[in-house]
Amino acid sequence: MTDEPIGAAPVAAQHFSFDGRPVAFTGGQSVGAALWADGVRSWRSTRHAGRPRGIFCGIGVCFDCLVVVDGRADERACVVPARPGLDVRTQEGSGRADLAL
Amino acid sequence: MPTSPSEYAADQPQADQVWDVAVVGAGPAGVAAAGGAVRREGRVVVLDAEQRPGGQYWRQGPDGVGRHHHDRRVWQDEMSLLRDYVETGLVDHRQSHRVWRVEPPRDGAPGVVHAVRSLPGGPDVAVTVRARSIVLASGAHDRVLPFPGWDLPGVVTAGAAQALLKEHGVVVGSRVVVSGTGPFLLPVATGLAAEGARVVALCEASDGRGWLGRPRALLGMPSKLLEGAGFAAALARHRVRPRLRTAVVAAHGTERVESVDVARLASDWSVVPGSVRRVECDALAVGWGFLPRLDLAVAAGCATTPGPGGVPVLVVDDTFATSVPGIWAAGEMTGVGGALLAVEEGQAAGMHAAAAATGEGRLVTAPASKRLRRLRAFAAAMHAAHPVRDGWQTWLTDDTLVCRCEEVPVAALTGAVDDLGATDARTAKLLSRCGMGWCQGRMCGEAVSRIVSARTGCDAASSAARLCTDLAGTANRPVAAPVTLGLLAAEPPSP
Ligand SMILES: Cc1cc2nc3c(=O)[nH]c(=O)nc-3n(C[C@H](O)[C@H](O)[C@H](O)COP(=O)(O)OP(=O)(O)OC[C@H]3O[C@@H](n4cnc5c(N)ncnc54)[C@H](O)[C@@H]3O)c2cc1C
Ligand code: FES
Repeated sequence: MTDEPIGAAPVAAQHFSFDGRPVAFTGGQSVGAALWADGVRSWRSTRHAGRPRGIFCGIGVCFDCLVVVDGRADERACVVPARPGLDVRTQEGSGRADLAL
Repeated sequence: MPTSPSEYAADQPQADQVWDVAVVGAGPAGVAAAGGAVRREGRVVVLDAEQRPGGQYWRQGPDGVGRHHHDRRVWQDEMSLLRDYVETGLVDHRQSHRVWRVEPPRDGAPGVVHAVRSLPGGPDVAVTVRARSIVLASGAHDRVLPFPGWDLPGVVTAGAAQALLKEHGVVVGSRVVVSGTGPFLLPVATGLAAEGARVVALCEASDGRGWLGRPRALLGMPSKLLEGAGFAAALARHRVRPRLRTAVVAAHGTERVESVDVARLASDWSVVPGSVRRVECDALAVGWGFLPRLDLAVAAGCATTPGPGGVPVLVVDDTFATSVPGIWAAGEMTGVGGALLAVEEGQAAGMHAAAAATGEGRLVTAPASKRLRRLRAFAAAMHAAHPVRDGWQTWLTDDTLVCRCEEVPVAALTGAVDDLGATDARTAKLLSRCGMGWCQGRMCGEAVSRIVSARTGCDAASSAARLCTDLAGTANRPVAAPVTLGLLAAEPPSP
C-alpha cells in the first residue's frame, strides 16, 4: 500500500552524512527533521544576499529548505526521507537549472 | 544522475486501465472520498505526494501511529476501511506520487492525472493514471504574512512546527514563541509544551470576541467546545497564558532567530505605541490560518470564488462537483474548515464522482446533513472571529523581504508601484520579481496583493476582490509540483 514499510521505529540510531559529518535519524524522519533535531537550523545560503535558510513551511511548498542530496541540488529537505549513507550537503546559491516549475 | 529522457523508465503498470475515480490527496478528505467512491461500486486509485497517508492533520509517525491528534477514531475507521479496500483490490493506493497536472475527462475520453513517483534513492518516474471521474483533495498550506526577520532560520510556520512534532518527533525549539491568529495555534502550543518546550509567549492577534457573536455555531459543536476546554486546561498546566490582541511584529538574530518583538495590537492591527516587548526565544511558529492549495484545480479550469477568510476557494455544487465536468473537490479546497468537515465532504464527493463514472448517473442529493451544516457553521464562525487586518502592513520596514525566494524587499515592491507605475499586483510582480521564484508566489502572493492594493489606494471592498483574483491567478501554474525537464520530455503523449 505505502511505499515504505511501516514498522516499529528502530532503536539503533542510523546516520547520514551532512557536510562530511554523521547526523543521526530515526526511521521515517525527513532529512530536514533530522538536521533540525541535530541542532542545525540552516543548510542553504540564498542566491543574492547569501543568507542562511532552513525549514519554513515544513510540507514542501515554500522551497526554502533546498539542499544537495547525493549530488542532486534543489532537493526539499523537509520531504526527502532520511536514509543511511545519504550524502547531504549545504546548498550555496542556485542549484541546478533544469527544474521546471 | 540521469539527465536524458531515455534514462527514465516510464512506470505505467496499468497503461490502458481506466479507473472509475482518481483521488488526488490522501488527507482526511481524500481518504474519505476513496471510501465514498467504493461504497458506490467505484474502482479507485488514490495518489498522494507524502510518504504516508493522513494529510496535514492525521499525520502518522514512522511507526504508523498518529500522535497528538484528536478524532483518532474517525481516522482509524477511515484507514481500516481503506486497508480493506486495498486488500480486496478495489483501491490502488499510491503514496510518494506528486501530481503535477490534471486533465479533465473530455468528449467521452477519461481524465488524465500526471504524477511523478519519487522513491527514496530511486530516480523519479513518470506515472500517468486515467479515470472517468477525478476528485481533488489537495488540502491547504499555512497562510503567512511577511514581517521583519521572518526569513531568519528558526522562524517557521505553525503548520511546520506541528508537522515536525507529529510526523518526525522533533520539537522545534526549547524556548518557543507561537503567534498568529486562529484556533490552530492552541494545539501547536499545547503540543510543544507537552513535549518539553517552554512556550514563552502565545500571541493571538484577534480579541476573541468574534466568537461571542455566534454562540449557536459554538454550541452546535460541543466536541469543539470540549476540545477548546482541553487546550485551555493543558495550557494552564504548562503555565502558558494566551495573550489576545498581541502579535510578534519582528524577529531578530544574525544566523538564526534569537528574540522577537511582541506588541499589543490596536483593532486594525497596528502596533499600540510603547507596547513592544523583546522576548528571547530559539524558535518562532507563526500562522494566520490556511490557504487552500488550488493550483491543480485552477490549471484544470475549475472556477474559484471568494471563500471564508477572504481567500479564493473552489466553486462546488451540493454534490461537490466543480465547474469542470468530471472533477469533484473536497476538504480545504472548498473552504478551510478542518479535518472533520473534510471527511464529510470527501465521502460525499467520492460517492457522487463514482456514481457519475459507473453510469449510476447523478445521485439524488439529500439536503446537507445536520453534521455537515454544523461543521460549516463552526468554520464560518472561526473565519469571522479570526480575520487578517490590514494594519499588519505597518509592521513592515523597507528592507523586510516580501518574496523569500527572490529576496525582494518591500521597497522594491512599493517602488514598482510608486516609481514604475504598476497599478496591479501582476504588473508589480513582473517589475519586482516578487512571486517569480521557486514557490511561485505561494508564500508571498497574499502580501503582494495587499501591499499593492494599499499602495494604489484601493478601498476595502476592491482590495478584498483583488486579493481573490490575484491569488486565483497565482494558483494558475501549468505545473503544480516540481518536475524535471527530463521527466516532462519523457511523458508519454496523452490521448
Ligand atoms: C502544515 C500543516 C499542519 C496542519 N496540522 C493540523 C493539525 O495538527 N490539526 C488540525 O486540526 N489541522 C491541521 N492542519 C489543517 C489541515 O488543513 C486540516 O486539518 C485537514 O488536514 C484538511 O484535510 P484535507 O484532506 O482537506 O487536506 P490535507 O490534510 O492537507 O491533505 C491533502 C493531501 O494532498 C496531498 N497533495 C497536495 N497536493 C498534491 C499533489 N500535487 N500531488 C499529490 N498529493 C498532493 C498532500 O500531500 C496531503 O497529503 C494543518 C495544516 C497544515 C498546512
Ligand atoms: S520547508 Fe518549505 S519546502 Fe521544505
